[in-house]
Amino acid sequence: MKELIARLTQSYGPSGQEGEVRRRIAEEIRPHVDGLRTDALGNLIAWKDAGKGPRVMLAAHMDELGLMVTHIDEQGFVRYAPVGGLGHLGLPGQRVIFPGGRIGVVAAERVEDVKELKHEKLYIDLGAADRAGAPVAVGDVAVFHRPLETAGTRLIGKALDDRVGCAVLVEVARRLTSSAVRAYFVFTVQEELGLRGARTSAYGIEPDLAVAVDVTATGDTPKAAVMEVSLGKGPAVKVKDSSLICHPEVRQALEEAAATAAVPFQREVLERGGTDAGVIALTRTGVPSGVVSIPTRYLHTPSEMADLADVEGAVRVLLAFLSRSTGA
Amino acid sequence: MGVGNHEHLRRLLSRLSDARGVSGDEREVRAVLREELGELAEGAKVDALGNLLVTRRFPGKGTPVRVMLAAHMDEVGLMVTHLDKSGRLRFAPVGGIDLRILPALPVLVGPDRVPGVIGLETVYREDTAEQPGPPRLRDLTIDIGCPSREEAGRWVKVGDRVTFATAAREFGDGLVLAKALDNRAGCAVLVELLKGNYPGVELAAAFTVQEEVGLRGARVAAHALAPDVGLALEGTVCADLPGVDEASHVTRLGAGPALSLMDAASVANRSMVEVLTDTARHLGIPYQFRRFAAGGNDAGAISLALEGVPTASVSVPCRYIHGPAAVAAIEDVAAAIRLVSAFLCRVGDEGLRFRDEGGAT
Repeated sequence: MKELIARLTQSYGPSGQEGEVRRRIAEEIRPHVDGLRTDALGNLIAWKDAGKGPRVMLAAHMDELGLMVTHIDEQGFVRYAPVGGLGHLGLPGQRVIFPGGRIGVVAAERVEDVKELKHEKLYIDLGAADRAGAPVAVGDVAVFHRPLETAGTRLIGKALDDRVGCAVLVEVARRLTSSAVRAYFVFTVQEELGLRGARTSAYGIEPDLAVAVDVTATGDTPKAAVMEVSLGKGPAVKVKDSSLICHPEVRQALEEAAATAAVPFQREVLERGGTDAGVIALTRTGVPSGVVSIPTRYLHTPSEMADLADVEGAVRVLLAFLSRSTGA
Repeated sequence: MGVGNHEHLRRLLSRLSDARGVSGDEREVRAVLREELGELAEGAKVDALGNLLVTRRFPGKGTPVRVMLAAHMDEVGLMVTHLDKSGRLRFAPVGGIDLRILPALPVLVGPDRVPGVIGLETVYREDTAEQPGPPRLRDLTIDIGCPSREEAGRWVKVGDRVTFATAAREFGDGLVLAKALDNRAGCAVLVELLKGNYPGVELAAAFTVQEEVGLRGARVAAHALAPDVGLALEGTVCADLPGVDEASHVTRLGAGPALSLMDAASVANRSMVEVLTDTARHLGIPYQFRRFAAGGNDAGAISLALEGVPTASVSVPCRYIHGPAAVAAIEDVAAAIRLVSAFLCRVGDEGLRFRDEGGAT
């Protein structure tokens, strides 16, 4: 599992350019599913055919945050636009990588007051002597450059949001031997830009039931905003966030599945943020939807932190859920 | 494209820009478009929201590629919300308008084009020691020269749309100055494209409504048209002004149509952008990238229709966009037409559906 997460987080895949992640996931999941296709926006849809059971859509997004080149000046310094919800405060000093492997350092113009700092005041230094020596073009996107590291059972790395969710889906597909449902494993694009891939893939699949697997924030760090979710206390079963109030029967079924699998779980109420389930729930005439979350600290930074036990727990909850699920 | 064509484009663009079509009331623009399209508009449909849809089939080798070209008809403006006792009109912005441009602006109110001027009392007061901030909506009213609510009510009604009182005119060398170049520039491009021939393409042209208030027309049009590929034709921000860093120009006037890579509503399909830039380079058509990630256009709504649609945007740079006097270069409009025309030929000829992003299966 850790190796799988490492392979997935090290793949390059900012929103809109998820090709490398998609190819990697396709490779990982192909032996364990009955079919695989890519839709017009680039969502990867894999399925296990189990006759006439209800269609259950599991969704995890492939995309990660990025920095898109908007301008290269005469000295070769690069200005960028954030791709997704990228905070500017932690960026100076970070390393980023472009497709092709060119490394850049994010740096800041000198400002009188740190409050003046914003993306417009930051730039990427490619170590180039001038514009001609900067081998990037307007529109190229860089992502954080960090390996996946561990501290005990903790995982630390970039793009755990939501490659851990992708890893959970791959692992569920691998371990799922029999089920009364038709399971669709959907790896979505452009979640970070507004839950876009989930909307179109759900329209195509017309699921009877859906569960998104994504990361969520925690309240277990010094002076954190109050939130009843901690790292290492099990996967979280979402009650609500700003995109969705989870369908009560789906939520209950997930909680019962956790009990069946003897996996400790936490209930999650996220005050700000949303997941793919928010748009899946509103597809066509509506889809009962829920979310299994992996508690993760320091979201949207190069050093997101999650616990392997929570990830493993999520796999087991979903396996139990699919085994008993007959549609809400 | 010769001088004659430029003269034609200038006239078309001016006529379209002078038509009034604040979001939700695009009738006048639709009527002008029908006239300009002539016979091409014969099979046109107007859907429930008011989108004008024209489909043309050009037989080719294989199954035709269904390409939706979208240009929105609506423009930003104001809506009358209240007639006060003194005969002044309260209003709400329709679409994104910077309130700083409004004070002292001449406007036309309602279908009868009642002339008005936007008043801001404090502009004419000298007793305010401190530098005034941007005006607040509640301090702005439209004066139509009526002394009472009753008198004003004879000329205008709550709900009337208000447009900038600007007539299009030639400007500088090869430029046009007009109020609604966003997006009559895109409409002009689409009118001209509909006259072409693109074997292997089924062209689904949508002149859409309510883009400025949330990409609404394009959303339902794309659902009905179910295209393989979508392309938004737009007017976009151009800030190539003194005092603005080159990095913040977004686009440059006269440097060719602008291709979007990403905005707040969509990420352009990479392969489409490659075919567009490749086509431009082959034919020596100038182009530029829109160097800005904010804003959004119809491509956003089209890309999320049904099971998803690969989309891109081709835009005409417009200085002072969303204001009473925008400026565009005719040559940029002409170049946009040449580029998209050649792109469509290639799409039809090579059967491009831009589904290659997958590669996983």
